[in-house]
Amino acid sequence: MEHKNWNGFKSGKWQDEINVRDFIQTNYSEYKGDSSFLAGATERTNEMMKKLNSLFALERQFGGVLDIDTATVSSLTSYSPGYIDKENELIVGMQTNRPLKRGVNPFGGIRMARQACEAYGYKLSRKVEEEFRFRTTHNDGVFRAYTDEMRQARKCHVITGLPDAYGRGRIIGDYRRVALYGVDRLIEMKKLDKANLCSDFNTEQIRLDEELFQQIAFLGYMKEMAAMYGFDISTPASNAKEAIQWTYFAYLAAIKEQNGAAMSLGRVSTFFDIYIERDIAAGTLTEEAAQELIDDFVMKLRIARHLRTPEYNELFGGDPMWITEAVGGMGEDGRTLVTKSSFRILNTLYTLGSSPEPNLTVLWSNSLPEGFKNFCSKVSIDTDSIQYENDDVMRPIYGDDYAIACCVSAMRVGQQMQFFGARCNLAKLLLIALNGGYDATSGMHIGPQMEPMTKDVLNYDAVMERFDIYIQWLSKLYVNTMNIIHYMHDKYAYEKTQMALHDTEVERFMAFGIAGLSVVADSLSAIKYASVRPVLDSNGYITEFETTGDFPKYGNDDDRVDLIAKDMAHKMITELRKTPTYRNAIHTLSVLTITSNVMYGKNTGATPDGRKACAPFAPGANPMHNREENGALASLNSVAKISYDDCRDGISNTFSITPDALGKSGDERISNLTSILDGYFAKKAHHININVLNRETLMDAYNNPEAYPNLTIRVSGYAVNFNKLSREQQREVISRTFHECM
Amino acid sequence: MRGFIHSIQTLGTVDGPGVRFVVFFQGCNLRCSCCHNPDTWDMHGGKETETGEMIDKLIRYKSYFGKDGGITLSGGEPLLQADFAREIFEESHKHGINTCLDTSGSILDGKVKELLKHTDRVLLDIKYTTDEMYRKYVGCSLERPMEFLSYLDNCGIPTTLRQVIIPSLNDTVENMAALSGIIKKHHCIDKTELLPFRKLCLPKYQNLGIEFPFEDMETPSADDIKRLYDML
Repeated sequence: MEHKNWNGFKSGKWQDEINVRDFIQTNYSEYKGDSSFLAGATERTNEMMKKLNSLFALERQFGGVLDIDTATVSSLTSYSPGYIDKENELIVGMQTNRPLKRGVNPFGGIRMARQACEAYGYKLSRKVEEEFRFRTTHNDGVFRAYTDEMRQARKCHVITGLPDAYGRGRIIGDYRRVALYGVDRLIEMKKLDKANLCSDFNTEQIRLDEELFQQIAFLGYMKEMAAMYGFDISTPASNAKEAIQWTYFAYLAAIKEQNGAAMSLGRVSTFFDIYIERDIAAGTLTEEAAQELIDDFVMKLRIARHLRTPEYNELFGGDPMWITEAVGGMGEDGRTLVTKSSFRILNTLYTLGSSPEPNLTVLWSNSLPEGFKNFCSKVSIDTDSIQYENDDVMRPIYGDDYAIACCVSAMRVGQQMQFFGARCNLAKLLLIALNGGYDATSGMHIGPQMEPMTKDVLNYDAVMERFDIYIQWLSKLYVNTMNIIHYMHDKYAYEKTQMALHDTEVERFMAFGIAGLSVVADSLSAIKYASVRPVLDSNGYITEFETTGDFPKYGNDDDRVDLIAKDMAHKMITELRKTPTYRNAIHTLSVLTITSNVMYGKNTGATPDGRKACAPFAPGANPMHNREENGALASLNSVAKISYDDCRDGISNTFSITPDALGKSGDERISNLTSILDGYFAKKAHHININVLNRETLMDAYNNPEAYPNLTIRVSGYAVNFNKLSREQQREVISRTFHECM
Repeated sequence: MRGFIHSIQTLGTVDGPGVRFVVFFQGCNLRCSCCHNPDTWDMHGGKETETGEMIDKLIRYKSYFGKDGGITLSGGEPLLQADFAREIFEESHKHGINTCLDTSGSILDGKVKELLKHTDRVLLDIKYTTDEMYRKYVGCSLERPMEFLSYLDNCGIPTTLRQVIIPSLNDTVENMAALSGIIKKHHCIDKTELLPFRKLCLPKYQNLGIEFPFEDMETPSADDIKRLYDML
């Protein structure tokens, strides 16, 4: 097939099938140089940013939410077009009719929408309440099916943050398809798939048949939405500006339809680069203009918002969208996927200033060109806004056109999706096991009931045997709970827009998670190597521990405890795999907490490692704060031991270091950070957030927030504006280990 | 072989080029008034460590060293356990790891000369440029480090010259002129570092119940240091 808008592109099988990867592979030009070609911000860009910054300031003054349209249910065409500055915008399209005005999306659950409005002094309109009175939401569906035990597990917080009252997210549409093929071609292909469904209409087939109907309908709405802004996206984009605009429209349609927790973007910069290079070669675009297009696109991403409740913010602090863009990486043929546009998108942290969104994620490989590696290090040192994930461990599994959903969840773009499953609290589970099925924090009996382990000193083997019973119990319960949630999400809040931008046959993951891994590893180490004596309350339940003697602590590159952590992750995924999943999804596991490590800690009693009741956990797979004694690299080596084979949904590590500890001069700091990243990923580690800053800066920002309107830091698998965290979350971030110069 | 170490810092970026695994040796023969590691002085403290154990640890960090990094022995004074240090360096070289020695250069015997055969770079602390000050604030003669430096020059071992700048003592035109003379005379010196005196170590002195002789000294500003660099 040919199209005039494809003139100048090398032909390939991408023309005859929907195959963006093939288009990229046949047409992109790798870039191995340094950042010296980059252009700065133009006058226009600066003016636009000034407008946005004053809107952001206003939003802060209004308590975090500027405005809510309480009378309109968010969808692709439900708002009239909105602009920041119509005359000067290069890329257009807004979630509602005004920047930063949030829509309501009650499909996940009407109660959440209602509470979210009320939290900010609004009231959900009678019109919306009426519309949803006779409508089943995802949340309604889930609670119709939940068993008593599931409700209990949720209530006592041993499983928390489940997407049973909000959109599950973590699905990445292949938004590039709209630009490359135009919507009409996509509709045509989906119609063909629908016609070709086999004639044995079982449950699976019927569901898929209806889903395809919805996908096709929403591709149509997407065209209508673009038409409202004066664009016809039925045909392929004809230049760089259109390619970016078309792609953005597809993403915009997704975030208008869905309020999923993480609404990630995918891997667009190298795709855009092909169009940009074609225009530059044709003399219709300059470097400055190319940067302007990327800048304008990124501005749009920076004003994307969803309406959330305060409870939600406790789990996912900082109002994140996880508009994750995967940058860089290597191709299967050994060429790097780094292009000039990989630099351009990182450059937005300079042209527009640092920012948590989009969640820029560098796919690191030891084979990346030096110029790119050092530019990334420089950007990290200057902005604390990017994260790194190991392309060398992911590429063999997901190929070279995967992207990251949310923080650390890899998936092939347009071919794989995920059923998000938050996480269980492993430290709490250990306490429940020791108490024989009693949760001292909530006072609830849960799980298998047996005698508490109140003997004098805890015996390691006996504790492990007991813990195994509870891990088996929780794993089965966790999988079944997830099965209900995702059955209902598909039924009542199916992601038609995003799934329309996937192949019809997709592979699904079911992503489980664990919190408190370092607490559990250190606690078990204490039981094994020191002497741990339970302290009982008047009812004979354990409420505290007396730990005497020293024990190895996770974070010091000491195998005696690090392997306990590694084995724990292996044990969890092995147990989870024993219970079948909805839609035959592949079980995966993450060690990631978002900002919920604070909340998890709050709901967990004192632990044998010496952690006090209610004290925060370390985030993700991090060692507990300030227990590292051998310096930063020992800490990294400990985390690197957790196997990606066990944790295919990611292992998150957040690393904070002072500028002085990275080296003396600016150049030394850059090359040292590059060496650290190379070294860490050579150990097959999966993920790292880099913050280069002094604790004093955060303390000052804590006390004088107005002086730091744009202070961005990496917290878990994402970055936040420090001011948007709760006071409690801020204190926890300040208390974390900062690797310093001795 | 066994030796006594104070601690290990797995990420060192200020003691030698690149990312370095820094081993702080226990025990020092000098008592510099500006010392920031008084906890390494005691010759009888520290953790007894086997060379093999140390090397096993070290190679876990090889992937971080890049093209410039490696191991640095600091202290304390590594020259006091020159045999142990030599064995560590010899083994490091077998694994292709660059070696760097951070020393005051106050001992130069047969064992130290053996150690230097396996040393890729020396970070030599020249604390002052007059014999009088050396005797007063360090506890040895100026001749000793100068002899050490001449030996390095003869062997052609790349050397970083370091001096901690203590206002009123060595932030003077005379001192910089003398230092400059030393640099010109020794071709092995390819880098000079002027380090601002700091008092972050005060709590260490307090914990040990030792008086910090320079507690009342000023700390130099970044501008002061720059001004002194310009004189070299």
